Amino acid sequence: MNDDEDLSAPVTMEMRLSVNGIGYPITVDTRETLLDTLRERLDLTGAKKGCDHGQCGACTVLVDGRRVTSCLTLTVALDDREITTVEGLADGSVPHPLQTAFVRHDALQCGYCTPGQLCSAVGMLAEARAGWPSIVTADGGSVDARLDEAEIRERMSGNLCRCGAYVNIVAAIAEVAR
Amino acid sequence: MTTSKATTSANTFGGIGGNLPRPDGTLKVRGEFAYSSDLWLEDMLWGATLRSPHVRARILGIDLTEAIAMPGVHAVLTHDDVPGEKHYGLDRRDQPVLAVDQVRYQGEAVAIVAADHPETARRAAKAIKVSYEPLPPVVDPAWALDPASPPIHPGGNVVRRQPVRTGVFLDGPGAPPADVVVVGEYEVGMQDQAFLGPESGLAVPAEDGGVDLYIATQWLHVDRDQLAPCLGLPPELVRLTLAGVGGAFGAREDLSMQVHACMLALRTGRPVKIVYDRQESFFGHVHRHPARMRYEHGADADGRLVYVKAEILLDGGAYCSSSLAVVGNAASLGAGPYEVPNIHIDAYGVYTNNPPCGAMRGFGAVQACFGYESQMDRLAAACGLSPVEIRIRNAVSEGSRIATGQLVDTPAPLAEMLAELAAMPMPDLPAERPGPDLRDLPGGVSQTTRGEGVRHGVGYAVGLKNICYSEGFDDYSTARVRVELLGGKPHVLVHTAAAEVGQGLVTVLAQIARTELGVANVTVAPADTRVGSAGSSSASRQSYMTGGAVRAACAAVRDRLAAHGPAESLTEILALTGPIEETREYRHRPTFPMDPFTGQGDSHTQLALCVHRAVVAVDVELGLVKTVELAAVQDVGRILNPIALEGQIHGASAQGLGLALMEEIQMEGGRVLNPSFTDYLIPTILDMPPMRLSILEHPDPHAPYGLRGAGEPATLSSTPAIVAAVRNATGLELPRVPIRPEHIALT
Repeated sequence: MNDDEDLSAPVTMEMRLSVNGIGYPITVDTRETLLDTLRERLDLTGAKKGCDHGQCGACTVLVDGRRVTSCLTLTVALDDREITTVEGLADGSVPHPLQTAFVRHDALQCGYCTPGQLCSAVGMLAEARAGWPSIVTADGGSVDARLDEAEIRERMSGNLCRCGAYVNIVAAIAEVAR
Repeated sequence: MTTSKATTSANTFGGIGGNLPRPDGTLKVRGEFAYSSDLWLEDMLWGATLRSPHVRARILGIDLTEAIAMPGVHAVLTHDDVPGEKHYGLDRRDQPVLAVDQVRYQGEAVAIVAADHPETARRAAKAIKVSYEPLPPVVDPAWALDPASPPIHPGGNVVRRQPVRTGVFLDGPGAPPADVVVVGEYEVGMQDQAFLGPESGLAVPAEDGGVDLYIATQWLHVDRDQLAPCLGLPPELVRLTLAGVGGAFGAREDLSMQVHACMLALRTGRPVKIVYDRQESFFGHVHRHPARMRYEHGADADGRLVYVKAEILLDGGAYCSSSLAVVGNAASLGAGPYEVPNIHIDAYGVYTNNPPCGAMRGFGAVQACFGYESQMDRLAAACGLSPVEIRIRNAVSEGSRIATGQLVDTPAPLAEMLAELAAMPMPDLPAERPGPDLRDLPGGVSQTTRGEGVRHGVGYAVGLKNICYSEGFDDYSTARVRVELLGGKPHVLVHTAAAEVGQGLVTVLAQIARTELGVANVTVAPADTRVGSAGSSSASRQSYMTGGAVRAACAAVRDRLAAHGPAESLTEILALTGPIEETREYRHRPTFPMDPFTGQGDSHTQLALCVHRAVVAVDVELGLVKTVELAAVQDVGRILNPIALEGQIHGASAQGLGLALMEEIQMEGGRVLNPSFTDYLIPTILDMPPMRLSILEHPDPHAPYGLRGAGEPATLSSTPAIVAAVRNATGLELPRVPIRPEHIALT
């Protein structure tokens, strides 16, 4: 507890955080995670805190189009980066094709993991389009990265769904990937 | 307007039978659905809980001085501050709101804090000084059975013993002669529901001296019925509204932070929010009862069962929770969906100083199913029959009696289901495809071999689950249905207290209202305690019970409309009458207690069946298992929403897979070793294979639309089917779930 007293004096920093195309000038505690900033300061509660340890993926958001677990990302490191959360996936009133597909395929039940699944899937499709392999073979090559169902599973394995809606999540993503 | 007319236009109107999308789906995919952890009021405080580090200890004193003095702290409360009853509980009120003079498990709540920041609350809780005198705990459930074990509660450690005796066993324990006898001992580990949205809620003090609680729960009214006495308030001053529920699976049947948040709100006069983190969540709710089972099956030379003897010991942990009902299920369903002339079952639930265990999907039935299905495979091998044939040969059907003597008086097409399952095409096995693709191997891309140690196996299992509450419980649900003109068009508002926990109930309730009233425009109001109890979102019962209540309320509305004559349109009638509103309670057929000595009695109102086939790849050198495919056949009586139903079977199968292969709260001396998602593993999208489903519709004439509850049965059969497949691949006995790598590789 004594150590706590010394460390508890907050170090803050002024920065500009850009989320879903909106710039927020904010003062952040340098220990603050992006997830807490989003949920508790910007009123963007779409990203979920399922474990706060990077294990479940419910907090997944996009930073410059790449997926990150926002619970393990310090806000202070994101000056001038573009953050996209589930609230920013739709184009105005037009939902993202993955959002439509998740509803159509019933790729959610309780829906708590869904914001993370969606952001992860958006990032994953971009990774696949950019030709990133999910696996490197023994001879240094890579396997065929076509997004068939096995490959979608491979690339989405960081996002837990306890309702077990996986079968329909695969179907929803496969439809958009085609 | 008649039902039949409405039914014919079901799909036009979005009635039952159609693949309607869930009405909350759009909000959920937009990130705008308000879960309990998302709630926010500007002036709210944050609550935190101090929990016992000891498994069993006497509390000698609690010093709050330092915590109260911390800036930003508004209240620090202990058992002394509980305004009313100091205990609550589902089956027995034996669990203290806050520990009184002793703690009975690691993680038991001792004190609570409200502060202006969650970190301040957490640090203040840490600053509370509790003086404990540790006591030797009872952590072995077998010892808890011994009358000499130190009693954890007055009255001893046996929570319930339920025998079942039929046939020759009514006269004594001696088994009748049998050509083939197989004996097995089995164990089921402690599974956690591990919903992704941890326990959370917001309590708001009201001007009338009461409190409004926004909460993720499975049963608003039973929460209130436990809360109000603890708060010393009349029930009408304790109002609950369902907040968004991030999964349930049984873990939200018991109270967690409900009383704590309300106590802090009433004390401080400020709204109080409590959100558990993942680690606290592992200590904040009950788990699935671990089980130790001994089974003995006797059969004639043709493999027909002559008798079943079983002892099923369920570890209920420190408090009763749902243990009484769990024991009842294990006993009454303990022989499975088989015709057995002579049955001798003893099911026990005991108190220990392990974490409290209660409801998890399929409770009681899941544990027993692993036992009896493991036995059926042994019996098949001993009789030289296939796993499918031995099951068909002994399968129940309409007209059979289960272990309790209860007549199966509705369709029970188990033999047909097994035949259909066995006829399903088998998946392509990865080894039969060219080239080793690491993604196909157990362990996936982390594999260090080229699959040299991989063997394949196939396993089958069946499960029998009771639907709705059993053993004489007054099980009912309430629905209020209002029809009125909104903007000149008929609109239906359905109001119930039933908890939507992700199962899609709100979709189905709207479908029922459309079918019954022929009105397309239906809204399901938020669930709260301003309408009568709907009972729990448990026991696969809500489509049946609250579906039945909505149907009954719609019928009452229809009767009033009919009084205006068939010629007039609904719009014309409503223009004359104004809004029409009816409220109805719905009850299923009554059930009856089990005889305390023989277990006989019609204790269940409905029985449901599911069968699974699992195909696995096992790396016998590394001890890794990959489930290649799961196939299932389930009879649901009547399909209300195909896609939502399939989702329930997928999810139940996934949780059964988790129990088979990875999920266990591991303990040492009553201490939980793995309260995190790093160490408590649940299936990922890579673990969950493609599924082949066949859904049968043999209606139950006693149930609304003939439906059969569908949320749980697949949880039962998934686990033993996967284990049977691993046994088939390895030749190992594997008497315990979850199977760990060392059970395969180091044998």
